[in-house]
Parts: sequence; structure tokens; C-alpha cells
Amino acid sequence: MTLERFLIIGAILFAIGLYGALSKKHAIAVLMSLELMFNGVNVTAVALSRYTVPKALSESYQTVENAAGFLLTGHVFAVFIITVAAAEVALGLAIIIAIYRSRSTVLVTEAADMKK
Amino acid sequence: MFNEQLVWAIFFLPLISFALISLIIRPFFNQISVVSGPIAVLSIGASFVISIITFIETTINHNNPVGDPKNWLTIGNFELQVGILLDPLTATMLVVVTGVSLMVQIYSTFYMKNPESHHGTENQDGKRETHSAKPPDDKQEVQPAELGQPVYARYFAYMSLFTASMLGLVMASNVVQLFVFWELVGLCSYLLIGFWFHRPAAAAAAKKAFIVTRVGDFGFLLALMYLFSKTYQENINYLDIQTINDQLPGLVQAGTLGAGALTLIAIGFFVGAIGKSGQFPLHTWLPDAMEGPTPVSALIHAATMVTAGVFLVGRFFPIFQASQDAMMVVALVGGITALFAATMGLVSNDIKRVLAYSTVSQLGYMMLALGIGAYGVAIFHLFTHAFFKALLFLGSGSVNHATGTFDMRFMGGLRKKMPLTYITFLIGSLSLAGIFPLAGFWSKDEILLNSFMSGTDGGEIISLIVFVLAIMAVFMTAFYMFRALFMTFEGEFRGGSEKDPEAKPHGPVHLGESPFLMVVPMVILAVPAVIIGFIANPPGNLLGIEAHWMVHTLDHMYHLPKGEAFNIPLAAVSTLVALSGIALAIAMYKPKPIISAESIGKTLKPLHTILYKKYYFDELYEGVFVRQIYYRGIALASDWSDRNIVDRIVNIVGWLGANFGGLIRQFQNGQIQMYATVTSIGIIVIAAMFIFGD
Repeated sequence: MTLERFLIIGAILFAIGLYGALSKKHAIAVLMSLELMFNGVNVTAVALSRYTVPKALSESYQTVENAAGFLLTGHVFAVFIITVAAAEVALGLAIIIAIYRSRSTVLVTEAADMKK
Repeated sequence: MFNEQLVWAIFFLPLISFALISLIIRPFFNQISVVSGPIAVLSIGASFVISIITFIETTINHNNPVGDPKNWLTIGNFELQVGILLDPLTATMLVVVTGVSLMVQIYSTFYMKNPESHHGTENQDGKRETHSAKPPDDKQEVQPAELGQPVYARYFAYMSLFTASMLGLVMASNVVQLFVFWELVGLCSYLLIGFWFHRPAAAAAAKKAFIVTRVGDFGFLLALMYLFSKTYQENINYLDIQTINDQLPGLVQAGTLGAGALTLIAIGFFVGAIGKSGQFPLHTWLPDAMEGPTPVSALIHAATMVTAGVFLVGRFFPIFQASQDAMMVVALVGGITALFAATMGLVSNDIKRVLAYSTVSQLGYMMLALGIGAYGVAIFHLFTHAFFKALLFLGSGSVNHATGTFDMRFMGGLRKKMPLTYITFLIGSLSLAGIFPLAGFWSKDEILLNSFMSGTDGGEIISLIVFVLAIMAVFMTAFYMFRALFMTFEGEFRGGSEKDPEAKPHGPVHLGESPFLMVVPMVILAVPAVIIGFIANPPGNLLGIEAHWMVHTLDHMYHLPKGEAFNIPLAAVSTLVALSGIALAIAMYKPKPIISAESIGKTLKPLHTILYKKYYFDELYEGVFVRQIYYRGIALASDWSDRNIVDRIVNIVGWLGANFGGLIRQFQNGQIQMYATVTSIGIIVIAAMFIFGD
């Protein structure tokens, strides 16, 4: 397995998510698409962490052991993103419920208040 | 004690007075605007005293304290300097300008005190005229803020600025400095001629003066640019007047500068002088300039503005001298103007216009004297002319104060009512006519003598032509001055402003001598009008004054040879010509005339009409140049290009904005997804630029 394949998968995931987030009318579907984008980013971050960071660090620190403190940067990012995404979904669902209560619809096309 | 700062003070005192009056008194203390008169008089009085000191130090003690000019602007290697050029010419002009200005301003302190009494009723009249001059659908009437309010402070502010500008002009050591003051003088004349700006005639006259002199100024400016482009060198400053005069003729001899280029530069300067000095064919503004207050006319015609042209030619005399063609043009224009203006003076009924034409004519004399090489004589005539012309204008103001009109057909019989005005006016007229031994005689005689001698002995055909023109003008000058004198002061009083239908603007009739402060300057000016000629330039050695002192001092400045000595036969001839002019005026205009002016007017009807209509020059300029060439030609062409080219470009730009705006507006629909889409595309574009850009 090479780095490129992971990056391609991450990019595909991100692109699918972006397409969904920009095109879906249903707010839940938009939220789900957002999750796809997050995961595309996660895959990219972890892959980069696995393949490029040790190599780059070994050049400046001679041995992998010396650079142990930096090895897990990408993984930490991924964990953070998963946590934040969970919180965000909770918040997003709350907003959707609030919109549904006030307008009795969850279609994002109906919420065109930014123009005003 | 006599140092450069003192000479600068001559210029700065009136300027300070202007600043004080216009920036402090007028906006904050207008209720005590009466102090602005004394402020202006005191400052110009101090300038006058310093000018006298400067004149004596410069011409007699040959003491020149002026240091190097100071840098004003530095642009790369090019430096623009300001400084004083102090020589006998400057010194003479300083005395003339400050002296006449002092007298005029003393006179004005009363003349302008109650403008209501002179011009007050014009408010009503002016309004009516304004109204009728406008299209009837325009009901909005312009009400100048100052209508009916005291104009005293404004008047003295302008007068101080005018004097300061003229002093700056004569002191300038650099051509650019000179040009700045040259334009300032033009501006001030515009402000002062249009002083009664709510009267349409005055506003029009001010515009006319400004625009007509601008035509000349343009020639001056072109000559300056040409001079600069031809001579610019990093190590020699060819904008310094002294350098120009000293070195430019040498450049022609050395072959670095073409003789044609020098002629062009000289002619360009002379075109400027034509405009400012009201020479043919740009003389039309000068008679109209009579719309200003009378003391302003005195100042414009005697000391400032119109003498600037003569001064300019005198200032660059070595350049003119180096070009035969330029000298010929100057002499011919001067000679033609001298005669041409005098003929128009013969028939004018407005006393101030008669004086205006005589000014144009006398300036023509000065120009022709310059043109035949008699530089010192020309400045000497300028010097004497300043005094008696200022006197005559102040006299006409005094007459107007009594009768309320300027039209001589409604005057008459004022000799007994206004004896002092009469005597001083008589002195001024005799001096202008060139009667022995008054001031005008000596200077005019020198001009005639020099042109005659250079024509006969020197064999210059041009000099002979201008001599003939000048001697004819002598006759006419004497005639029209005494015509004016007789119509104004002799016979029965003919009603003044009460009879004159056009005189309402000028105020009521109250016959009697004018107040003290108006008479005193006239009496003071009458003294130099009598004696200054033989004091400054005696025919022989007189009480320690060398013969022809003034002319020789001035000529010496440019190392010219000594001019002709006094010549009794020619002086007798010119006096006889002048006397015959006076005799004809007496015969035609005394109470019971021997020759009836009306019958002559009828016999020579076409000639009279041509003269009365001023040779149709106004009609020519207005009808042909302004209406046909400018309105129909240039203005229409610019109008077309404005509509079809400029407007079209603007419209296309506007159309593009409107339509592209509409396109982009589509994206702002309130849908957050649309916004996110646009943002994403933007990010992709930026990323693409990063990746593929290089």
C-alpha cells in the first residue's frame, strides 16, 4: 500500500461529502455528508502521519526514537476531529429540530434568510 | 540699515495688509471694517518710503544689498529659485507702483467709505438688470451675500493684494517667479474690475479683461516653455532673468541658439505684453475695465497691470535688442496702438473711457519707444505718465462724486463748483498733451526725438513710420483731452445723473468740491505731474542733477549708448502740434463753438460711427471669434465628441457594471449552499493556482 492510495481515498470521500453537503436539500443528509468530509480528512491525516512524518523526522533526528514525541500528530488530529464531529452533530441536530419547530420543514432550501 | 530684508519688506507689507484684512478683519471684525482703509494706507505708505530709499540707494549710490536668490523648488537636478533683481528699472517701478498706489488708497478711504452714495442705488437697478438679462422662465434670482453690506474691507484687501502682486512682479529675479505674479496681477484686476459684481456690465467686463489678457498670457507662457526647452542645461540656470539677459544674445552669436528661436521667444514675451498693456489688437478689455470703481481704474491704468507689459519688454530688453524682427514688431504695434487708440478717444462720451483710450495710446508710445531702441525713454515716459494719468483718473472720480455720472454730455460748468478738481485736471491734461514744461512734455518729446533721429540719421524706415504715427497721435491726444476738459468743466451744467438715463448706478447729484481726503491726493499728484519731467530728466545740468539723468541711468543698465540730446526745433514742432489740437478743441467745445461738433459729426458720419463703435473690434471678436469660430466650430466639435465619444465610453462602462452586476447578483440568493459552493470553487481555484500556477 502506498501513500497515494490513501490520499486518493481521502480525496474521494471528501469530494463525495462536499457534493452531498452542497446539493442535498434535506438537512439530515447535509449533516451526513459533512461526516463524510470529516472522515476524508481523517484518512488523509492518519495516512500522512503514518508515511511521511517518520521519514521527515528521521532525517532531522537521526533515529525514530528521538522523534517519538511527534510520531502520533496525525492520529491525535483524527481523534480530535471525531470528538468535535460528534459534538457538532449533536448541535446540528438540535438546530434542525429548532428549525423544524419554527417552520415545520427541514429542507435547507426553505431557510433563505441570509438574503435579508 | 539698507539691506535685502528691507527690500523684501516693500513686497511683504502690502501682502501682510491683505492677509490681515481678508483673513482677520473681514471674517471676524467686519463691523469695524473701517480700519482696513488706514491699515492698507499705512502698509503701502511704509512700502513707499522704503521704495524711495531703495531708489536713491540703487540709482545714486549704486548700492545693491541683494544676495543670491533662494531655492524654492528642487526637482532632480533642476532648481527653481526666487529672489530680487534690483536694478534702476526695478527701483523706478517700485517708486511708481507704491507712490501711485499710496495716493489712490488715500483717495479710496473716502471714496469707498459710503459706497451707497456712489453705487448704492444700483442695488435696485442691478437686480432689475440681472433679471432682464436672464431667460424669463428662470425665476430664481441670485442674491449675492454682500449686496447692501459694507464692501470696504473687501476693497482694501483686493487693493493690497493687487499692489503686492505688482511689486512682486517688478522685483522678481526669476522668469517663473515673474510669471506667477504676472498671473496674480491678472487675477486681482479681474476681482477689482468686477468689484460691483452684482452689476452684469461689471461682471462681464471683469470676465472680458481676464479672458483677453489670458490670450496674451498664453503667448508669454509658450515663450517661457520654448525658452526652457531650448536652453535647459544643468549647470546654467536659464530661468534667471539676469542670466537670460546677459547670455542669451551671446548664445545666438555663438550659434548654439538660432536667431529665429530668439525672435520667437521675444515675440512670445511681447504677446504677453500686448495682452497686459492693452496693445492693438488685444486692447478691447481696457476701456471696458472702466466698470470697476474709479480708484481701481486709476491704479490699473497708471501704475499696475498695464505698465506690466511695458515693464516686461523693458525687463528683457537685451533679448529684444538682439532680434531686429522682434524690435520691428514692437515698434509697429506700439505706433499703431498710439494712433489707433487716440482716434477712438476722439468721440467717446464717457470721461473714463476717454482716459482709458489715452492710456492705451500712451502705452503705445512706450512700446514704440522700446521698439526703436529707446529703452530708457520708454521707462521715463512710463514714470511720468503714471503720475498724471493717476491724477486724471482721480479727477474723473471726483467729478463723478459730484455729478453722479461719467457721461460728459451731462456734465459741464463744474469749473466754478470744483475749482481744485478743475485745476488739477487741467494740469493733468496739459501734461498728457505734452505742453512745455510739464512732465509729459519731456518724456513724450524724447520719444518723438529718438524716433525722428533714428529715422533720419539712422535711416530706419520703421522709425520714420512710427514717428509719423506718433506725431499724429500727439495732435489727437491734445484734442480729446481738451474736449473732455471743456465738456466737463465749461459751459452750463447739464443735469448729471438726473438727466442721464444710464447713470442711476452712480448716485445722486451734489455739486461741490469733493471731500478733503479725495482732493489731497490729487493735489499731491499734480506736483509730480508738473515737475517730475525736468527734475528727473533735465535737458541740461540742473542743481546737481546731470542732464538726462534718468534716461541715462536706465540706459546704462543695459550698456546702451547715450540717447539723443534735447532738440529745440523738434520740441517746438511737437508743442505746436499739441497746441493746435487744443485750439481745435477750444473752437469746437467752448460754450459758443466756432465749429459745431455736431455738424462735423454729421459730415463725417461714417467715420464717426466707425470710431464710436471702436472699429467694430468688439463685434469682430464677439461675432466672429466667439460666436462663429468658438461656438459654432470648437464648441460644437467638442460637444459632438463629448456626446459621441466620451459619453459613449462612460455609458459602456456603466452598462458593463450594471449587467455583470446582475450576473453576480444571481449568486446571492440567501441559500447557504450556494455560498458554500462559491466558496469551494474559490478554494479550488486558489489551490489550482498554487499547484499549476508556476
